[in-house]
Amino acid sequence: MVTQTATLPVQVAPISSGIVLPAFTLWWREIVRFYRQRSRVVGVIVSPLLFWLVIGAGFGTSFRAGNSPGQQHYLDYFYPGALIMIVLFTSIFAMMSLIEDRKEGFLLSVMVAPVPRSAIVLGKVLGGTTLAAIQGLIFLAFAPFVGVHLGIIDFLLVVFVVFLVSFALTSLGFAIAWPMDSTQAFHAIINLFLIPLWLLSGALFPLAGASGWLRLVMRLNPLTYGVEALRVLLYPESPTVLPLPASIGMLALFTIFMFGLCFFRVNRRTTRPAA
Amino acid sequence: MASKTPFAVASSETDLAVEPVIISVRDVVHRYGDRAALNGVSFDVRRAELFGLLGPNGSGKTTLFRILSTLMIPVGGRAEIMGFDVARDPNGLRRQIGVVFQAQSIDVKLTAAENLWHQGHLYGLHGASLKSRIAEMLGRVGLADRANEKAETFSGGMQRRLELAKGLLHHPSVLLLDEPTTGLDPGARRDLWQYLAILRDEERVTVIVTTHLMEEAERCDRLAILNQGKVVALGTPDDLKHEIGGDVIVLDAKNPDSLAERIRARFNLEAQVLHGQVRIERENGHRFITDVVEAFPGEIESISVSKPTLEDVFIRRTGHRFWTGGEDEAGK
Repeated sequence: MVTQTATLPVQVAPISSGIVLPAFTLWWREIVRFYRQRSRVVGVIVSPLLFWLVIGAGFGTSFRAGNSPGQQHYLDYFYPGALIMIVLFTSIFAMMSLIEDRKEGFLLSVMVAPVPRSAIVLGKVLGGTTLAAIQGLIFLAFAPFVGVHLGIIDFLLVVFVVFLVSFALTSLGFAIAWPMDSTQAFHAIINLFLIPLWLLSGALFPLAGASGWLRLVMRLNPLTYGVEALRVLLYPESPTVLPLPASIGMLALFTIFMFGLCFFRVNRRTTRPAA
Repeated sequence: MASKTPFAVASSETDLAVEPVIISVRDVVHRYGDRAALNGVSFDVRRAELFGLLGPNGSGKTTLFRILSTLMIPVGGRAEIMGFDVARDPNGLRRQIGVVFQAQSIDVKLTAAENLWHQGHLYGLHGASLKSRIAEMLGRVGLADRANEKAETFSGGMQRRLELAKGLLHHPSVLLLDEPTTGLDPGARRDLWQYLAILRDEERVTVIVTTHLMEEAERCDRLAILNQGKVVALGTPDDLKHEIGGDVIVLDAKNPDSLAERIRARFNLEAQVLHGQVRIERENGHRFITDVVEAFPGEIESISVSKPTLEDVFIRRTGHRFWTGGEDEAGK
């Protein structure tokens, strides 16, 4: 046995494990957990399908007469909003896993690892983003049925917008879920806050037709820019309020802000237990 | 070589005194809102020590554990592990420690190997070296043949061993365990403690373990006994018990208060009434028993004499029992 002197051994100081590997492994866990829970997989694939059938059957006939904005059929008008809604719910609910991780104790072992806090946020958020974006893209497969035929560039732009919206909303879900220890409280916030957010995003009625204060609220709503961007891409000839780069720019700003908020919340060390 | 420090004199079989201080806790104070949890806790732990934090629920040991594992920063005082300050240099410190929580931290939807794979990535391990380390750790905790099974199919003991493998995967110099034997059967409990001793002896890992069980505390090299956020006793289990000096005699009587009063007067010694029993610490307890029974005929219903335990140390230092669950008895 090597005899040790009374001085502390000199430490080479590898302070952190980098950001990529921890973020990757947290992302990977999110995906593995997802596909091991069969009901969730079925839900992700079937729900856009079912949603589209029900909405299509209902709205398609009810709003046929005169009620359609512009010259568009209402069902066509509704399509981008429906896509955003699907992404919204999957993104936000994906972050319920954060509350479960906290309750089950898993989060503890992540918090005491020498991992940059940004990697924790990035891994978890990318996990939720992936699931939401996949679901959004499945819904996008119905686009030809509403008469949308996308070129390759436009398709890639749509994918990019869906990814951006998913990332922003998953970050929002993360920021909401972080301080919570019960999924009930999480549901309450979602109902109070997120459904109005979606209703006022231009998903149901156009921004152009809204009155003063409503118009302001819609302008401040980040989801509006997601819906607008998708509408411009899917229906280039329909009347829109904002040009594509402006919508994407606003979405990007919102994404950065939400991610920053998550990072701030996770990175702050206090005299209260972090997990 | 460091000079021998006075407090290590009694532990003749170990060479703890020459080992460097790995963990240093100085006047640590913590509060949750208005409720005080730690009121100035100080102690040192040397390399390759198996150090116990013994205390009843609410004594502050979990609070201290959270501070040492970087989950929160203390309100006051300083704590360092391997020279890294818990408040100022959490990432440096995190690399040095392996942590086994009381709560389950493994993901039961993942297999044993996947859990360790994930953990390894968090510590910057990857590729072939991680793979061989995982195989090594699973072998060590006896889970090699279950590597590819989901952790939800494991028994409580196996899950705990997987937790341990997870905490040790990155070769930490210090292992922190919070009530690690909670929910384990006696066999699994014994295995865990044996393994901790092996870690200390063969890998020179410094181990801090919190417990509320006296028989576990007995297995530690040194102990800090916590009560209401303060260290009430610090030393090896043997040293602590020796300070009692002799035996502990416990008497049951109809009227314990008056009996204690008269014993004090007659024998000129300290007799305490605790939960309706008279408690006396004295050398040559077996002789004292005959004296006291003869002195107060008919008053003593039962009498026992025993070697001091860590609970006796706790009672001596705090004036009350370790478990305050017996309040109905105290009210008699």
